[in-house]
Amino acid sequence: MLYINCPHCGMRSQNEFSYGGDASVKRPKLNKEVSDQEWDDFVYNRKSLRGKHLELWQHISGCRQWIKVERDTATHEIFRTFKADEEVA
Amino acid sequence: MSQAFRINIGGLVNREKELSFKFNGKSYFGYEGDTLASALLANGVHLVGRSFKYHRPRGFFGAGVDEPYAIVQLYRNGETEPNVKATEQELFEGLEAKSVNCWPSVNFDIGAINNFLKIFLPAGFYYKTFMWPKSFWYRIYEPFIRKAAGLGVASTKHDNERYEHKYEYCDLLIAGSGPSGLASAYAAAKNGAKVILAEDKPRFGGSLLTSDVNIGNQSGKDWAEGIITELKTMPNVVVKNRSQIFGYYDHNMLVMSEKVSDHLPATKKYHPNKRLWYIRAKEVLISSGSIERPIVFGNNDTPGVMLSSAAKEYLKVYGVLVGRKPLVFTNNDSGYETAIEFKKNGVDSIVLDSRKNPESEIIDEAKNLGINIKNSYVVVAAQGYKKVKSADIAKISEDKKQLGEIENIQCDCICVSGFWTPTIHLASQSGNKTKFKEEIDAFVPGQSKQNEITLGAANGVFSLDETLKTSFKAGSELSKKITENDNKIAIPNVVEKKSSQHDKFWCVPLPKGKNYKRFLDFQNDVAVSDVEIALREGYRSIEHVKRYTTLGMATDQGKTSNLNGLQLVSEIENKVVPAVGHTTFRPPYTPVSIGAIVGREVGKHSKPTRKSPMHEWHEKNNAIFVDAGVWLRPRYYKRGNENLFEASKREAKNVRTNVGVCDVTTLGKIDIKGPDAAELLNRVYTNAWLKLPVGKARYGVMLREDGIVMDDGTTTRISENHYHMTTTTAQAANVLSHLEYYLQLVWPELNVNVVSTTEQWAGAAIAGPKSRDLLQKLFPNSDVSNEGLPFMGYMEGDLFGVKARIFRISFSGELAYEVNVESDYGNFMWKKIMEVGEEFKIQPYGTEALSTLRIEMGHVAGSELDGRTIPYDNALEGLVSKKKDFIGKRSLKRSAFTAQNRQRIVGVVPLDKQTSIPEGSHLVKDDKAALPNPKLGHISASCWSVEYDNPFSLAILKDGKNMIGQKLFAMSPLKNKVIPVEIVSSHYVDPKGERVRS
Repeated sequence: MLYINCPHCGMRSQNEFSYGGDASVKRPKLNKEVSDQEWDDFVYNRKSLRGKHLELWQHISGCRQWIKVERDTATHEIFRTFKADEEVA
Repeated sequence: MSQAFRINIGGLVNREKELSFKFNGKSYFGYEGDTLASALLANGVHLVGRSFKYHRPRGFFGAGVDEPYAIVQLYRNGETEPNVKATEQELFEGLEAKSVNCWPSVNFDIGAINNFLKIFLPAGFYYKTFMWPKSFWYRIYEPFIRKAAGLGVASTKHDNERYEHKYEYCDLLIAGSGPSGLASAYAAAKNGAKVILAEDKPRFGGSLLTSDVNIGNQSGKDWAEGIITELKTMPNVVVKNRSQIFGYYDHNMLVMSEKVSDHLPATKKYHPNKRLWYIRAKEVLISSGSIERPIVFGNNDTPGVMLSSAAKEYLKVYGVLVGRKPLVFTNNDSGYETAIEFKKNGVDSIVLDSRKNPESEIIDEAKNLGINIKNSYVVVAAQGYKKVKSADIAKISEDKKQLGEIENIQCDCICVSGFWTPTIHLASQSGNKTKFKEEIDAFVPGQSKQNEITLGAANGVFSLDETLKTSFKAGSELSKKITENDNKIAIPNVVEKKSSQHDKFWCVPLPKGKNYKRFLDFQNDVAVSDVEIALREGYRSIEHVKRYTTLGMATDQGKTSNLNGLQLVSEIENKVVPAVGHTTFRPPYTPVSIGAIVGREVGKHSKPTRKSPMHEWHEKNNAIFVDAGVWLRPRYYKRGNENLFEASKREAKNVRTNVGVCDVTTLGKIDIKGPDAAELLNRVYTNAWLKLPVGKARYGVMLREDGIVMDDGTTTRISENHYHMTTTTAQAANVLSHLEYYLQLVWPELNVNVVSTTEQWAGAAIAGPKSRDLLQKLFPNSDVSNEGLPFMGYMEGDLFGVKARIFRISFSGELAYEVNVESDYGNFMWKKIMEVGEEFKIQPYGTEALSTLRIEMGHVAGSELDGRTIPYDNALEGLVSKKKDFIGKRSLKRSAFTAQNRQRIVGVVPLDKQTSIPEGSHLVKDDKAALPNPKLGHISASCWSVEYDNPFSLAILKDGKNMIGQKLFAMSPLKNKVIPVEIVSSHYVDPKGERVRS
């Protein structure tokens, strides 16, 4: 079971969180014309990386905040976590 | 039978307390502190089971967790447990156990014929033989194999034992209470660290209980006892015996199974049988010790052949002699220690040492005691069937290839030592890449991956002095990092005998003309010849060899067999052992009861149960409940001998003619506040929300980004910046997360807060032509007329002194209202509604009537919004705004979603107006078409229309728009039904929606 550092609550076990997918995906702006390809990339196309991956988790059984977690998908190592509005360098 | 093999004094058992027990129906006595194994051995019982494949007689091989043979079916307090290791099961008064894998009895086992047929049962036998013909597999082969093979029998009864889970956090978790575990725990505890020390056996001390050493001027056993006694008094330390850490998972999470009650005749009241600990540790110290490995020779599975360390443990811990004429066969000094213990108890043994001229303090002591030692000698084969009677021995050449003349000597047990294998399972599970240590011919942990360190014998360090020094140091340094305390501890003086280098020898060659079975894996009956076959047939990877031969795949997970298997493969392949590599160590280290893994989440407790505040009233009024997600909802209220069909029909009819009331507390409710609340709703729902006035409700549909309908419900504007959203019961949690996702990540600029209020409000739907009359009586001071409270209107009211929210919304299609009060007043509200409603012939209605009412009205619910439909499919395209953008809108442009013959909701009526159509039935054009019959659609929901008194269903049908009036067939192969049907509009009753506005 992973041990995730919620930037709001501190170290918590994985079973308090729910997984939310790739955090690097950006939703196209409202009312903006988007091509089929752009929209498909946003809705469906994911890389399924092996290695370092920035992903979303929600602390559903805690502060209910969505957070960003930088995790290695192969080793489960967690490098850093961020608040929803923090820019990841 | 008396305990003939118990020595008069010695051992750690409590001789004051005699316990009676039964094995295979026969009564015996043992002492408190015995294991089933030691008690049987004290009574001279060596035959405990039959082997897995050949049904050869099997006895005891070890004294603990490594035991491959002595697996029994245990009977305790009216329950039975399969595959219990007799070497781990502590004796209690009245214990009963039976042998497994033998029929009709352990002494006469018909399956033993396999032993004579063994030439036909080599590695891969099942794969090769039972391949053909295919149809024979499940009729003939499988039942036969299942009866002949297999271990114990699982109980089919409900398990009445309780199992608990516990979550724990600590600074240092220490696995194993041998010298390294005790030293590191003590040092860390003195530095104030929070320490958990776990020991799988009942007694703490590990090897110190059986070794002849001195620590700080006391015996090793006494030193261990002193340390444990002190640790137990320290508030920052938890010491747990009978507790096996069996798995090392990610981020330093370890799982431990504590046997709370297995050593007792029955579990105490309020106690669990087992407790599973999930432990998150900052640092893990693995002090799991080592397991002696066997030397492979002919018939090495005969009862009476056992590990020399086990023989020593039976003697020193339990005061039991495993034989009176022991033969010790060793390639290192450990065998001598066993021989010395025998001698101290007046038993003469013969030591066969494969080495030519070994010299050490231990060997000197053995010589001084006059023990008969034969150098360069090996056991070629054990003789005897159900018990060792003698041994064929021979001199062996220096290259270990040639045997001298075979001699036969009498003996009643063979204690074998092939040196020690560090127990590296936990380290390996943590991700540690193990390395091969030449000096000890075994793998040890390499570079740590998580915060773990391995100490003592588990790390391949067999000197007590060195173990204690490194362990004290590790315990104090790791704890110092955490607590910043640095208490210096004096490392005690150690007196131990130096031992000499072991012999790199593990398998005795076969003598000419003999083909004795030489077993590697005792539990799965894998012999040297099986591995040879696998390699001859081209298996190379050790993982493949393992699976083909089943080497190391039994419940003991190859604790005594893996390394010898690797030696054999490396020898045949002419590689070094590390080049062959070892198979993956996976948790659990030892078998764990399924019950312990499941814990308390059994049956009704597998999920929480949510009840509305009116639950008790429903119960008292004969409600029959149904699970709705985690909620319990009344399905119908039974009157007299009514069944579900009759009751729901009555309730639904009463709604259509008078008035009914339904508990709708379970609907998801979300409170939405903030200046941008309307903007959020406008982006989340497909229809327009910016102009909804205060005091008005609106029905809305929300999509996922892929265009599929996610949920529907009504949202009401309570005040300028305050909205009350309702969701379906099932999607409540998902919708909240969905809103939070967009507010926190996508549109953080929106100034809105959302919070679940599902449990804060109790809800009652009042529906039927007389609902307004009832409402007026409930709220005499409010104007609830069609003008005062029009359809989709909202007001606050005073319900006999209780503040209430009144919504004029309808799911049933009738004139209807929903009244919400704070949960604590739910019961009060419900009772008032029933009381005042009596004159209007009010009846409560359950979910079944609720479904009937919505189905015949063509209102969609979860069975239509099933994660596969878009608004058009549900005839909701009128709610999709063309002007504004919203979540999922772009996806609706996809070609499949705009196709002309797109699926759509329709109504379905059977032509005979009699036969109910099973939900899930497929709609097809031709009921006689060849299979697979092309499917045009499926029945999503069915009811008995109370309006027309005939069956009615909803369906999602291809090109549904143009199918009205068509005749099709509804086919349900599950219910074996073919029903001719007609397609009609989904709005079966009141298609213009006049009633809700009346």
